[in-house]
Amino acid sequence: MEHYNMNLTLKVWRQSSKQDSGRFETYPVKNISSEMSFLEMFDVLNEELIRDGKDPIAFDHDCREGICGMCSMVIDGKPHGPWKANTVCQLHMRAYNDGDTIVIEPWRANAFPVLKDLVVDRSSFDRIIQAGGYISVNTGNAVDANALPIEKDKADASFAAAACIGCGACVAACKNSSAMLFLSAKVSHLALLPQGSPERKTRVMNMVAQMDKEGFGGCTNTGACEATCPKEISLSNIARLNQEYLLASLTSE
Amino acid sequence: MALTGIFLILFLIIHVGLNACIWANDNGAMFTQGAHFMGANWVPRILEIGLFAGLILHIVQGLMLEAANRSKRATKYAVSYGNRGSKWYSRSMGLLGTIVLLFLILHLADFWLPNRSHQGFLLGEEIDLYKKMQDVFSNLWVVVIYVLGCISLGYHLAHGFQSAFRTLGVTNKRYCGLISSTGMAFSIIVPLAFAMMPISFYLGWLS
Repeated sequence: MEHYNMNLTLKVWRQSSKQDSGRFETYPVKNISSEMSFLEMFDVLNEELIRDGKDPIAFDHDCREGICGMCSMVIDGKPHGPWKANTVCQLHMRAYNDGDTIVIEPWRANAFPVLKDLVVDRSSFDRIIQAGGYISVNTGNAVDANALPIEKDKADASFAAAACIGCGACVAACKNSSAMLFLSAKVSHLALLPQGSPERKTRVMNMVAQMDKEGFGGCTNTGACEATCPKEISLSNIARLNQEYLLASLTSE
Repeated sequence: MALTGIFLILFLIIHVGLNACIWANDNGAMFTQGAHFMGANWVPRILEIGLFAGLILHIVQGLMLEAANRSKRATKYAVSYGNRGSKWYSRSMGLLGTIVLLFLILHLADFWLPNRSHQGFLLGEEIDLYKKMQDVFSNLWVVVIYVLGCISLGYHLAHGFQSAFRTLGVTNKRYCGLISSTGMAFSIIVPLAFAMMPISFYLGWLS
């Protein structure tokens, strides 16, 4: 594809702290290369802001190769921007044309309070994982990898669920701010494996309880989460989570 | 939500089946027989209490869910995600449910209430429901409201039917496919059959 440069108008959410009420501010950006990533465009803009003695725009990022789950921007109403199965850092400026106006907001959910500008606090996800998103393993010699037979299709389904990077786009996309897709991926990838079996009942009960405590909404199966997920986590995981929860609540003591 | 929803879906099957007897074209004889069985027999009358309980529970659960979910995002988005990620009717279950409820109040006031009060709310003499339908559905506005109620019900079911089974944890791929296609067919056929009833009376298709 032909390389081109463009001038854009960015409407970016600015909020100096958790207490600040926040507002949109408009920034023109010039000579943006179509080969740049979306975050590189922000780097260019921030360099200019710093040069002018202004406060640069805070945004989360880390690996910039779509696997860490740190970047988090709602671009023109869609978490992670217009491309399917993509993170903001892997969104490239060839998605836009000269003269476009782009609106950029942080994840919006009470369970993800804005810390500054586009950075939100996602430690609620960490606390959900701490409530049961792990397996307990005895210390000692490592068990031979092939000692435990696992059906191929289950291993594949587990791996697909484990692809969740915990970015929170599912919550950002959901009209109910529900974390069910995230939780279902975390519960599924352990529930499908024999290693996850011993703690499966306490895991799902504790993780769901923690999710409710963090103030996420209830799932109404609209499917917005699946459509925006950069790792294409399937909605069928939510059915599996419901199944695990139902069985655990009926059979645990 | 899911359990009460499926319960109400089961009720719709009975309701639409019995009412379809109006199309027997026997001046309501078969329909009246069916209505008499439902209205003058203790068993369906006791089940009717269960139906109201299920309906009220479904409404209360829905209101609680909607209220809880609405409070979870204090600052709204400036640009909405809209239809790019989900169907409008999946996001509008509260609104669709409210329209269905308003329609139901009118519907109960049209048929259920006059009949039951005539019976003294026990097993007394019933009114001629077929004739009542002819009267009620001679008014164009009533027919329009009934059709709108049925359309809302259709969209409510289009999301609710398959959503209920996901909530109950159905993960089997074959059954998931069967459920979503059955759900879509049910959501079209049943409300369409209901909507055709007032239309049939209004347009005089019944003899």
